[in-house]
Amino acid sequence: MCLAIPARVIEISGEDQARIDIVGVQKDISTALIDNVAVGDYLIVHVGHAIGRIDPDEAEKTLAYLAQMSEEDARALAAASM
Amino acid sequence: MTKPGSYQRPIDFKHGKVDLTHGSGGRAMAQLIEDLFVANFDNDLLREQNDGACFSVPPGGRMVMATDSHVVSPLFFPGGDIGCLAVHGTVNDVAMAGGRPLYLAASFILEEGFPLAELKRIVESMARAAKEAGVPVVTGDTKVVEQGKGDGVFITTTGVGIVPDGVNVSAGNIRPGDKILVSGMLGDHGVAIMSLRENLSFDTTIESDTAALHGLTAAMLDAVPGIHALRDPTRGGLAAVMNEFAQQSGVGIVLQEDALPVRPQVEAACELLGLDPLYVANEGKLVAVCTAGDAERLLAVMRLHPQGRDAAIIGEVIDDPHGFVQMETSFGGRRMVDWLTGEQLPRIC
Amino acid sequence: MKYIDEFRDGKLARALARTIAREVRPGKSYRLMEFCGGHTHAISRYGLEDLLPEQVRMIHGPGCPVCVLPIGRTDSAIELALKPGVTLCTYADTLRVPASDRLSLFKAKAQGADVRMVYSSSDALRIAQEEPGREIVFFAIGFETTTPPTAVVIKQAAALGLTNFSVFCNHVLTPPAMVHLMELSAAGGVDSVEIDGFVGPSHVSTIIGSRPYEDFADHYRKPVVIAGFEPLDVMQSILMLVRQINDGRHEVENQFIRAVTRDGNQKAQRLTDEVFELRANFDWRGLGEVPDSALKIRDEYALFDAERRFGIEYRKVPDPKACECAAILRGQKHPSDCKVFGNACTPDQPIGSCMVSSEGACAAYFTYGRFRSIKRT
Repeated sequence: MCLAIPARVIEISGEDQARIDIVGVQKDISTALIDNVAVGDYLIVHVGHAIGRIDPDEAEKTLAYLAQMSEEDARALAAASM
Repeated sequence: MTKPGSYQRPIDFKHGKVDLTHGSGGRAMAQLIEDLFVANFDNDLLREQNDGACFSVPPGGRMVMATDSHVVSPLFFPGGDIGCLAVHGTVNDVAMAGGRPLYLAASFILEEGFPLAELKRIVESMARAAKEAGVPVVTGDTKVVEQGKGDGVFITTTGVGIVPDGVNVSAGNIRPGDKILVSGMLGDHGVAIMSLRENLSFDTTIESDTAALHGLTAAMLDAVPGIHALRDPTRGGLAAVMNEFAQQSGVGIVLQEDALPVRPQVEAACELLGLDPLYVANEGKLVAVCTAGDAERLLAVMRLHPQGRDAAIIGEVIDDPHGFVQMETSFGGRRMVDWLTGEQLPRIC
Repeated sequence: MKYIDEFRDGKLARALARTIAREVRPGKSYRLMEFCGGHTHAISRYGLEDLLPEQVRMIHGPGCPVCVLPIGRTDSAIELALKPGVTLCTYADTLRVPASDRLSLFKAKAQGADVRMVYSSSDALRIAQEEPGREIVFFAIGFETTTPPTAVVIKQAAALGLTNFSVFCNHVLTPPAMVHLMELSAAGGVDSVEIDGFVGPSHVSTIIGSRPYEDFADHYRKPVVIAGFEPLDVMQSILMLVRQINDGRHEVENQFIRAVTRDGNQKAQRLTDEVFELRANFDWRGLGEVPDSALKIRDEYALFDAERRFGIEYRKVPDPKACECAAILRGQKHPSDCKVFGNACTPDQPIGSCMVSSEGACAAYFTYGRFRSIKRT
């Protein structure tokens, strides 16, 4: 129920503050809920606050799983049409 | 006409403010009209300063008249201001009827206390826009309301033009099988305005797309005189126009999400705030409906024009007694594109 | 947009759709509740139901904080807004919610109330600092995702020693609501609805972690898959639920591994705990009185509690007679089952909050999907 969007940190702009960028749209947000924010991190932004961090490795795992599922589906389709 | 130098003092455009005498019909108002409006709008008809402007109309065709009130806030935004918006809006309304705009009238309702420096900036911008469009402001009116009773300035523009013989552009022409085209990127104006709204502020290089489209429509009608319908997706965005067309013509519409041209930054801003680009206002774009056979040629002509470089075919008209506007999502499913309820607001959920 | 576009890929969606279709057992039905209103919105907006086989039925749950807010609480917000000297700051979602006497915050604004839309709780705090002559009240709504941002500004207000800032707290909790739904279901009768599995909320889980769902899944023997926010996430989660149901498993699985861990965001949980505590009871639209399901501000921060500061008393107001929001929020009825859906009750003239909130089941269905029910008839 909570609209939140992953955004890249481009600058630490103050205490518990960071500037984020999504495809050129930039905004200053609060990072009071996250520890050790670094430039380059992808934070999940909800109502002007970072509520979590995207783990790039886990994201890769999910995408790899989806790619594998897609291959299996392609094989199943090929099998079905024979 | 009053001779130059016959006023005791020049208007203080730097620090002066609008006051009630500027609307009362006396000397102060006359000076404002002369030094600000006439000086900037700068055309013979206006210089006559009669109550109305008389002009002859070229023979043939039908006349078209359109009017628009402008209450935009903020008054100045990236890419434009209320002044040029007022010119473009009405010029475009005439153009959407298939007309060639001839003249504009401009009425100002000014709030007491409004800085003259800002008024000058607005009028200069209007004058520039009118000149670029080749559509002079030939008559007008000024009133002043007490402080607190206006939002700085309200502008109403009315335009007249000629629709040539043989051109008949109307929503009533739309038929199942027609194709729908849009002239360029959607959502720029609305996002530019939102970025300045207090409590929503975000930084973006997006600018309003406000522009006069009569050059584009003339080129389009030249190449495809049988265009069925034209409309500009201002308030309510593309979704409003689609629903208007569907309802007025008793047809259904199916759009292709993948075909909609939207800038990545506009998409990102909409994601951030929970908005849908389909409902965001545009001030320099048009939607065209034509037969399937004409679509590719019309698209090519649009893309040759500076205001149509990013034009695209975005959907088609179908038979549908319910008049629904639907969209094939890039995901592969279908959804409706309904009328907007009031103003689109950001959401947290 | 990174981490967004990849999870909206149409080709992968169709592959997932075919995979789900292959794995559902013929004759078996899979009734899946997506608890979160954001997921309801995503399902409608992307037309996901077109991609699912008939055996899979999505039931829309009550995870919409505006929809479950009872009329009486909105009345209190309007009461606050109409007080002279008070500025009520609110998220835009609440502005059009219909309350008593045909009022809404929007209409109260037209009557002269100083109601201001904010994007963030931080904006409300900033306004309090900029306008020391006014009493700023922040209308706080939302589940566990939105609660920590409120905690942050209350703590900041305390540190700054602000004397003109307070919060009208309406934060609610997810696991107790899920439990209550299952209790209604177990009790049988007219209030029950059969649910075979749950699509768990994305960002609530980012905060609370996956652990809180474990007892639930165990006790009620229903699988829970925590799903990411994007449509591919939802579809992958549906596939995982179908597999669990086929295998007879009832585990908590995490599809949203890129943002959710078992422990969640502990810093956010700590901050929330410092500022808020459980209310004994809270009236939920649609679910009735649910114990230990909502938060109030702790005594240490009483200065910032608008209810205490302004002596706000809750008056229970029954929903309008024709309104079926309650049954819809419980997943018991579909929007098209409501007699006033689409005629007397539309987003323009809403009777219940399910139609106003952009993620309410009714608004989502009306705006994105009502062409389906007409096709069915």
